[in-house]
Amino acid sequence: MSSSVAPVDLPVPGGDRDDDSYRRAESTVTAKAGRVKRRMTSRGATVAALVIAVLWTLPTFGLFISSFRPAEEILDTGWWTIFQNPGFTLGNYQEVLLSSSLSSPQLGAYFVNSLAIAIPATIFPLVIATMAAYAFAWIKFRGSNLLFILVFALQIVPLQMALIPLLQMFSQFLRPIQASIHETIPMIPEQSYLPVWIAHTIFALPLAIFLLHNFISEIPGEVIEAARVDGASPSQLFFRIVIPLALPAIASVAIFQFIWVWNDLLVALIFSGGTQDVAPLTQRLAELVGSRGQEWQRLTAAAFVSVIIPLIVFFSLQRYFVRGLLAGATKG
Amino acid sequence: MTTADLIGKILQVVAGLALFAVVVGLVLFLIDKAPKRGRDYVQLGAFLAPAMILLLLGLIYPAVRTTFLSFFTSSGNFTGLDNFIWMFTQPDALRTLFNTVVWVILVPVVSTIIGLAYAVFIDKSRGEKYFKALVFMPVAISFVGAGIIWRFVYEFRPSGRDQIGALNQIVVWFGGEPVQWLQSSPINTLLLIVVMIWVQTGFAMVVLSAAIKGVPVEQLEAAQLDGTNGWQRFRNVTVPGIRGSLVVVVTTTSIATLKVFDIVRTMTAGNFDTSVIANEMYTQAFRANEPGRGAALAVVLFILVMPIVIYNVRILRQQREIR
Repeated sequence: MSSSVAPVDLPVPGGDRDDDSYRRAESTVTAKAGRVKRRMTSRGATVAALVIAVLWTLPTFGLFISSFRPAEEILDTGWWTIFQNPGFTLGNYQEVLLSSSLSSPQLGAYFVNSLAIAIPATIFPLVIATMAAYAFAWIKFRGSNLLFILVFALQIVPLQMALIPLLQMFSQFLRPIQASIHETIPMIPEQSYLPVWIAHTIFALPLAIFLLHNFISEIPGEVIEAARVDGASPSQLFFRIVIPLALPAIASVAIFQFIWVWNDLLVALIFSGGTQDVAPLTQRLAELVGSRGQEWQRLTAAAFVSVIIPLIVFFSLQRYFVRGLLAGATKG
Repeated sequence: MTTADLIGKILQVVAGLALFAVVVGLVLFLIDKAPKRGRDYVQLGAFLAPAMILLLLGLIYPAVRTTFLSFFTSSGNFTGLDNFIWMFTQPDALRTLFNTVVWVILVPVVSTIIGLAYAVFIDKSRGEKYFKALVFMPVAISFVGAGIIWRFVYEFRPSGRDQIGALNQIVVWFGGEPVQWLQSSPINTLLLIVVMIWVQTGFAMVVLSAAIKGVPVEQLEAAQLDGTNGWQRFRNVTVPGIRGSLVVVVTTTSIATLKVFDIVRTMTAGNFDTSVIANEMYTQAFRANEPGRGAALAVVLFILVMPIVIYNVRILRQQREIR
């Protein structure tokens, strides 16, 4: 009787509790839940859910369809008339990504920048935070708790509080370093990724330390002790025991941080300098909207170029993504 | 982008990562080589110092300095509370504060209600996973991307021509005149708020859906045996059962909304009476060359966010203890 409703969210039987009675109990529970819920959700609810789903999907869908339409079609007819005004082209994508003419968005360079910012700006804070979290969790020292609470409390500070002085400090101390790097290796432009990396690393630390500490402090003390007794050096302990055991947490935080950096606009606007040398996709897009807000053949394709990476991450790593998002929702 | 540029970029990333790896490796090597006595303290210092120095120089000192700056003019003269008085008296600045209040009331409430309703509607239904993914997808999209998606929805063509924006097309179908949505105050602020709701509903839905599944089936069945209808069960069993998650969703969304910047920046740049605190902070400090005013706005933002974060953290910790 209950078989018509597929229990979609049946927990995947885990290796250790995979005995039959457990599974049977579980399935009767879901069957009952299904019965109760089915009477609760009426036909009206189904219609409402469908309406919400459509409303939430259509804007993205419309932009996606439009990005494949030729300029004349996009600018003069609605995307919903695609059957009356058919047209298909990959030209918009080719234009925004590959064209080197001065009037085109030249997104290729910015795409590279987004990657070049996001990958190190994920790795740097994660390594530093994992080390700090380990020290807080497993090395006893006076004031440990107080210091940890301080780090934790720093999550309250909005980015905006740090921007002005940080920019001043960067132009005072970091600019000369960047200049000298440029002189030694002319291939690296004077405006390099360094300030953006550092800014993202700093802003990521409070949350990352907090989350990783929660996880690393749960590692059983016996494991750490046993490794120590067996003569593991501190770095062996860190690489062979702590990091492998904390990997699920590290992965969640890493994915959250990567998406956060990829989607960031504010930090980029202030620390990147806005040139093709450093600026990420988001900054370029915001600029395009400002200067060429009517050129929809370009904007549609450009917007999709910028969301494709987060969407791939979202669909392929949804579980980690959700976990990281829930944990990091207050960031910024 | 020339090939040389590309090589320069790859070089930077590779060199940056390599240098970082070498430094970390060296530090670990030195710790291993440190004498057994006091090795713990060497390790402690080496592991904690980088994070602490970065936080001290990059967050604590700047935050203190920003507070300090908010009492000075752009030329560096002490002005007392002038920057704050400006904020609470100038019509433009007042408008910014007012808009922020509207945002922070509407976004959490509406996105939580829609997210909760949707989570309940699709609970245990066929294809729940796909229904969830559709509404959750905007969460992964950047605010800039979302801004472009919705600008396209709000796009305007003069009447008589074919509309390309969905909203104006609907208006025209119902016999109305197309409107320049983003230029007409006050509706433009509401339309920007719609974008934020569109993004945040997915977050609310996912959290609340997980919470709903945690409500004990026995309670629902008991209520059913007592002859309650679906709505009563929802009101008296489900909602109390997920109260903690509801609070977390509302507070978290409020914090995100208070700091909203990208949407306003991308869609109107704060023109046409749509500015909010975070956007005005950027404009004053980095465009109008008024760091004092920018700093004052940042301080106000901080003061507004602080109590919500503290409350949120307390609720989260309570929930964790219960579990």
